[in-house]
Amino acid sequence: MNAALLAADLPYWAQALLRVLGGVVAVLLPAGTIVYVFLFKMMSFMQSRLGPMEAGPYGSMQLFAEVGKWLQKEDITPERADRFIFKIAPLVVLVSTFLLVAVVPFGPDAWFTNFEAGVFYMLAVSSVSVLGILIAGWASANKYSLLGGLRAAGQLIAYELPMVLAVIGVIIQAGTMNLQDIVLAQNAGSMFGWDGLGNPYILTQFVGFIIFMIAVQAELTQTPFDMPIAESELVSGYMTEYSGFRFLTFFIAEFATAGVFSLIASVLFLGGWGIPFAWFGWDTMDSVDNWMNVVGPLIMVTKMMLLSFIIMWVRFSYPRFREDQLQRFAWKVLVPVSLVNIMITAILKVAF
Amino acid sequence: MTSTESLIDRRQLSYIAAQAADARLNVELETEGMTLNIGPQHPATHGTLRIIARLDGEQVVWAEPSCGYMHRGYEKLTEVRTYPQVTALVNRIDWLGSFANEVPFILAAEKLMEIEAPPRAQWIRTILFELSRIANVSLFLGDLGVQMGAITPVFMAFRDREYVLNLIEGATGGRFHPNFDRIGGLKDDLPAGFIDETRVVMKKLRNFCDEMENLLFGNEIFQSRTRGIGVIPKDVAMQYGLSGANLRASGVDWDLRRDQTLPMAWNKVDWKVWTHPDGDSYARCWVRLQEVRESTRIVDQLLDDIPSGPVMAKVPRIIKVPEGEAWVSTENPLGEMGYYVVSKGDLGPFRTKIRSASFNNISIVPWVLKGVYVPDIITILASLYFILGDIDR
Repeated sequence: MNAALLAADLPYWAQALLRVLGGVVAVLLPAGTIVYVFLFKMMSFMQSRLGPMEAGPYGSMQLFAEVGKWLQKEDITPERADRFIFKIAPLVVLVSTFLLVAVVPFGPDAWFTNFEAGVFYMLAVSSVSVLGILIAGWASANKYSLLGGLRAAGQLIAYELPMVLAVIGVIIQAGTMNLQDIVLAQNAGSMFGWDGLGNPYILTQFVGFIIFMIAVQAELTQTPFDMPIAESELVSGYMTEYSGFRFLTFFIAEFATAGVFSLIASVLFLGGWGIPFAWFGWDTMDSVDNWMNVVGPLIMVTKMMLLSFIIMWVRFSYPRFREDQLQRFAWKVLVPVSLVNIMITAILKVAF
Repeated sequence: MTSTESLIDRRQLSYIAAQAADARLNVELETEGMTLNIGPQHPATHGTLRIIARLDGEQVVWAEPSCGYMHRGYEKLTEVRTYPQVTALVNRIDWLGSFANEVPFILAAEKLMEIEAPPRAQWIRTILFELSRIANVSLFLGDLGVQMGAITPVFMAFRDREYVLNLIEGATGGRFHPNFDRIGGLKDDLPAGFIDETRVVMKKLRNFCDEMENLLFGNEIFQSRTRGIGVIPKDVAMQYGLSGANLRASGVDWDLRRDQTLPMAWNKVDWKVWTHPDGDSYARCWVRLQEVRESTRIVDQLLDDIPSGPVMAKVPRIIKVPEGEAWVSTENPLGEMGYYVVSKGDLGPFRTKIRSASFNNISIVPWVLKGVYVPDIITILASLYFILGDIDR
């Protein structure tokens, strides 16, 4: 079954090129869709207004107009900024997104890389963005940016832990860290001996799912955890001094990461590229029919939109936590709850 | 012997005290504070207020507001304007509740001239006064959300404030700056259909208040951001001369609409002055929310028994105010606003002192910001609710 989409007959360079193109599509397409559907339209409807209506039908070309606007703007570097660091910071943040999407499986053969420690890798590279944010805050030579960068560093590190602990429940249940195998375990598995619905981990790992989504919200620095950005007090925090294309890079990274985290959450908790109750009895990865390589990505995008909707819904309706409150929430609520979740999962795993 | 010993002791003690004070600031590392300029161009100061804050980490050690970036010299300008012209100026002091600014000045001039507006004019004045309060405070409620990161409430506030502004525009012709009040009455009577439409809008505004209570005030995050934050005790609030909802939120039952007999219609209807014992940010916001509700009740009751008759008393064509001095203050949306008018018998006032609420309300900022975190600066400022035009005049 290896000769599917990324045909093995192709030379190495062509495969690499295909993967790069696929990666760009997999990052930019969700980002654009999320920005248009949620940031432009859903937010407007929630706030009793129409949103962009002029560029294209229902403003659908607005994003291109915005990109054009940003590209025309002057690329300003503050006088006292650490120039080199200042310039690479947005790229570091974006790189983290691209590294993340590399392990997301979209179908039985539609993946960029598929290796055994996929979950581990995912958790590791997701914290690369902290580095970018921290150096952006420091290099801007701006007090507001510095405050924002430091807040971001503290927050992202604090919420890394509940995220890891929430995923451990999934790993225990699936018995593997390979994301493909986790998908298979959910779709072909059974809950306490009943396999009518497969075993999507959102049901058995519901606590883990909630903790994971909260941690994702914090990792994305979306409201209610947007203290590092905080437009109304820090004036966008670490992004204050960025303009033009560099700001656009931050902007894309923010929403692309939202999309990628939604993809990962759907792989870990919603059964990935399969639908657990419409799974045609495939037992191993090799026995899955080829057409799932086409349907799989569509299913993934649907699930991604669903989860992004929840992320954005919370973002548009909640006020934000204070810095010490969100730290307290992470260490005193999320970490203990996820530890208890791991314990119960482990006990049940041994018992059944 | 004993004296030198005690001197050494005292030196040592003061040295130890200084060390301890330093150690409190620099816990382990050799750190130094940071001075953060909040404003004049900062979204949270909604205007051009500058707050100089000395920070230790994220904690404010010392803070001071620096105002005057928008000083327009209205007190001086009134000296070269005639009495009817002054209303156009004072409209712009608290620009969100403009009509309320005109009323105390006109009342002061009427007091000097010893005339009184006919009952219908008093009623309409009170209605418009309360409408401008609703327009002002409902925007505050939305703005409160946006200062804390919730972006949706502010649009709801803009949406529902629009209905009130339409009413004010329908009655006066001006959305923001009505310039409608005249010495001895009002420029015009109410337009046809105003009463029915106002009733509908008041219902909408009550719904808006419920919506705000559900969306914002009931939110745990909102409560954790405001409860126990920026507490102003009763005596401190009185010492700093706070007024309006800021004072009532500290538990002082003081409302100039009730405690004063002015030729207005507030004492003709049944309403309640809300106070809150806590004095924190939440109390200030909550009192304002209740005030909007009370205002809608006041307007509803005033519409029920609005008297008929003229809206203008008999006044000379050229208004000359007799010699004298008068002080009239009213309970404006932001607090006590008053005018001390000195007349020398000319066409315009000789001198006018404007007491605006926000200027006195932000005088407490250095006191209340001491020791809070940077994010709380924003919530406290938002809950104190000032308007820059009202500070700088």
